[in-house]
Amino acid sequence: MTLEEILQILKDKFPQDEFTLENELPVDHYILVDPIKLPVYCEFLRDEESLLFDSLMNLSGVDDNNAVKVKDEEGNVHLEGRTLSVYYHLHSMKLNHKVALKVSVPIEKPEVESVESIWKCADWHEREAYDMLGLIFLNHPNLTRILMPYDWEDGSYPLRKDFETPEFYNGMKIPY
Amino acid sequence: MIKTEEMVLNMGPQHPSTHGVLRLELELEGELVLSAKPHIGYLHRCFEKHCEAMSYPQVVPYTDRMDYLASMSNNFGYAVAVERLMDIKVNERVEYIRVIMAELQRMASHMVALATYGVDLGAFTPFLFLFAEREKILTLFEETCGARLLYNYIWVGGLSHDIHPDFVRKTKQFVSEFKPKIDELNNLLSYNKIFVERTANIGVLPAEVAINYGITGPNLRASGVKWDLRKNDPYSIYDRFDFDIPVGHGKYGTTGDSWDRYYIRVLEIEQSIKIIEQAIDNIPEGDVHEAVPKRVKPPKGSIYSRVENPKGELGYFIISDGSVNPFRVKVRAPSFVNMEVFNELCKGHFVADVITILGSIDVVLGEIDR
Repeated sequence: MTLEEILQILKDKFPQDEFTLENELPVDHYILVDPIKLPVYCEFLRDEESLLFDSLMNLSGVDDNNAVKVKDEEGNVHLEGRTLSVYYHLHSMKLNHKVALKVSVPIEKPEVESVESIWKCADWHEREAYDMLGLIFLNHPNLTRILMPYDWEDGSYPLRKDFETPEFYNGMKIPY
Repeated sequence: MIKTEEMVLNMGPQHPSTHGVLRLELELEGELVLSAKPHIGYLHRCFEKHCEAMSYPQVVPYTDRMDYLASMSNNFGYAVAVERLMDIKVNERVEYIRVIMAELQRMASHMVALATYGVDLGAFTPFLFLFAEREKILTLFEETCGARLLYNYIWVGGLSHDIHPDFVRKTKQFVSEFKPKIDELNNLLSYNKIFVERTANIGVLPAEVAINYGITGPNLRASGVKWDLRKNDPYSIYDRFDFDIPVGHGKYGTTGDSWDRYYIRVLEIEQSIKIIEQAIDNIPEGDVHEAVPKRVKPPKGSIYSRVENPKGELGYFIISDGSVNPFRVKVRAPSFVNMEVFNELCKGHFVADVITILGSIDVVLGEIDR
């Protein structure tokens, strides 16, 4: 099934919700969905007989680094509108077709609903996205650091584009 | 009445059977495992952050260091992903050499898996036996590209070197000499009564659970699912070769037990030999540098591309912003995902079985931690 057909099925099932097709760039295309209602869509995609997306191939968090300069009334320039995104690549082993979903959230409040209850393999992927980018997955059973040390500084996320290597770790100077 | 108390036992990070630096937090009731929590990240070096500072060709040596037992396959996956993003077509000679290298690498990787599995369970002879054979594959690689483990051989658009004139003869010789040794291995370890007793019915992974947990590769096939990206989502020229996808049948116990996961790797080595035999005589002439771009600068866009690694599905998610550096590279490492199911498999087994199960999943920590 093509991406357009899957999008149409979603639109028919959830007529009041908004789905945007991101297909202006070459190669991969995405359906942009709402981060809070995401599990509802995912459960539908998994269980619907004509879709049967039984496996989550990949889940990746991305820092879009897309802030734009905004001038306020007093003439001060500041950056606004930076988002973090999560990409979900789904695949159906029974029907052999693929789809990719995308959610975007503002960096000040990076909250996405967890899909761990739908595909168990999302558990560690979501922890990694939290660890590396500070994405908060709501209703995740154990959202803790996974690759970085457990005592890594709160609010320090290595894969964000504005990350700076800390000078000290646990009081020890890092020589490079 | 005897009262037992729950106990927490730390296994690792420095433990010979954790295959690297992995710490397992075991919750025990006597000998019985209630839960097994893996703690990872001891080898973390933020590969994905490094990528953002490198140009596309400079990333290739970094991919070597993820699954360091299957570096060729890692290079292969990355090259395929970037080529799809840039729409590069490589010539036939490159494709054939890549497939031969990847299959030799699969054999080498499976040999390590089988060999160390034997050691974990107390059988030392298969280890020496298989490592001697693996050494011959590594020698073939070394003669081709100068490195024994970390090759940087498969580049975006081509290869770093052409094969040397003696490569075809030596590979054929190796394959024909190795073939009868599989029977020897089976008699030595696979059908050994003690080995079967230790592995059959241990850590059974049902197919439905495996798919939900995203398990791929030999571990998924051992659960009876006929799924191989080389057939089901073909890349390169795998659709030209005739080979089977072996699946587990629960010969000595239940489908998807540790013995099935072990034996599937033996069968896959046989299939790899079959592919190499078909490919080795048909390598066409050509220039392996023909399609290597002077400057790798993909157009704006993103791609998720996956290949069948010895450990499972290796996926690269690459976002390009149109510059010479990748904007984001996310690696879906097969071992990382395969490890998630570990707790589920260990529940209700004994402490000694934890080693059995860990060995049968065949993880490489370099890839889990990246």
